Amino acid sequence: MKIETGAPGLTVPVSDRDHTQGPADAPLTLVEYGDYECPHCGRLHPIINQLRQQFGDQLRFVYRNFPLATMHRHAQHAAEAAESAGVQGKFWPMHDLLFEHQNAETDEDLVHYATQAGLDMDQFMSDMKQHVHAARVREDFLTGVRSGVNATPTLFLNARRLDGHHDLETLTAQLQSALAAGT
Amino acid sequence: MSFPLPAGTPAPDFTLSSAPDQTVSLRDLRGQNVILAFYPADWSPVCGDQMALYNEIVPDFEGLNAQLLGISVDSVWCHAAFAHDRNLTFPLLADFEPKGAVARTYGAYRDTDGITERALFVIDREGIIRWSYLSPIDVNPGADGILSALEQLEKRSAK
Repeated sequence: MKIETGAPGLTVPVSDRDHTQGPADAPLTLVEYGDYECPHCGRLHPIINQLRQQFGDQLRFVYRNFPLATMHRHAQHAAEAAESAGVQGKFWPMHDLLFEHQNAETDEDLVHYATQAGLDMDQFMSDMKQHVHAARVREDFLTGVRSGVNATPTLFLNARRLDGHHDLETLTAQLQSALAAGT
Repeated sequence: MSFPLPAGTPAPDFTLSSAPDQTVSLRDLRGQNVILAFYPADWSPVCGDQMALYNEIVPDFEGLNAQLLGISVDSVWCHAAFAHDRNLTFPLLADFEPKGAVARTYGAYRDTDGITERALFVIDREGIIRWSYLSPIDVNPGADGILSALEQLEKRSAK
């Protein structure tokens, strides 16, 4: 009996279900599996923004949830809050607020950011209380596991896992070479 | 270079401490699948990530009728502190005395460093190793390989 296990690559392609920034037909698609309370993801956040500026319409950025909830005790609720904002069309403002305030992500803080993002608060509070988006967050997490996500952040460039350092210089070079290779 | 026991090999039995007053014996887990995750050390950054990741997937492992066991040469007290710090919900076994004896029987011990390899074994209900994987020591192998192996085992046993 032989058991085959595959090499790491994105198992669930980017679709309408995802939160994306940038054109759908961009030659580069960068998918991040992240955790709002993970300090490495926090450091990556401004770098992603710089890459989006540099590469403009050539880059589409996608964010999926990968909360390591037993280690980061606010990460799960933060992810649910971002998803709740997403239903109201405000995923990215909430996403930015969370990464800009990683040291303050209690449930109370989340309410504060939701207000700042201009959400319908009755809807937000009800979503959070009933954990309406917990299943979606878990779904993201499991697609990450199946794609070989082993830590946060894990990045996939055009569906292939990007290993190595996630600093601006390295990522710029990786994106440029993917662009040149047309893959 | 270590050579972990390959698929098809009966898993060597062992009894190891999981807490100061508790032991786990592999043979007592017959009838369910077992995941052995050998890792180099409590507290080292990569292991932390790996065990934190597995901790999140425990419900899915259980859904596939599998018990996860972490194993390193750290002592029970070290394991207890580590598990408490990371809120780990699965047992960590101490391959502590004689040091690395169980890891050696699985081909998962690094003589040069005196620590266990980062090696994974999936053992079926009858106690046979069905999948094994040796990861580079500084690379977190993730969980996709374990899940795929377990799914294939469960599919077969359902037939």
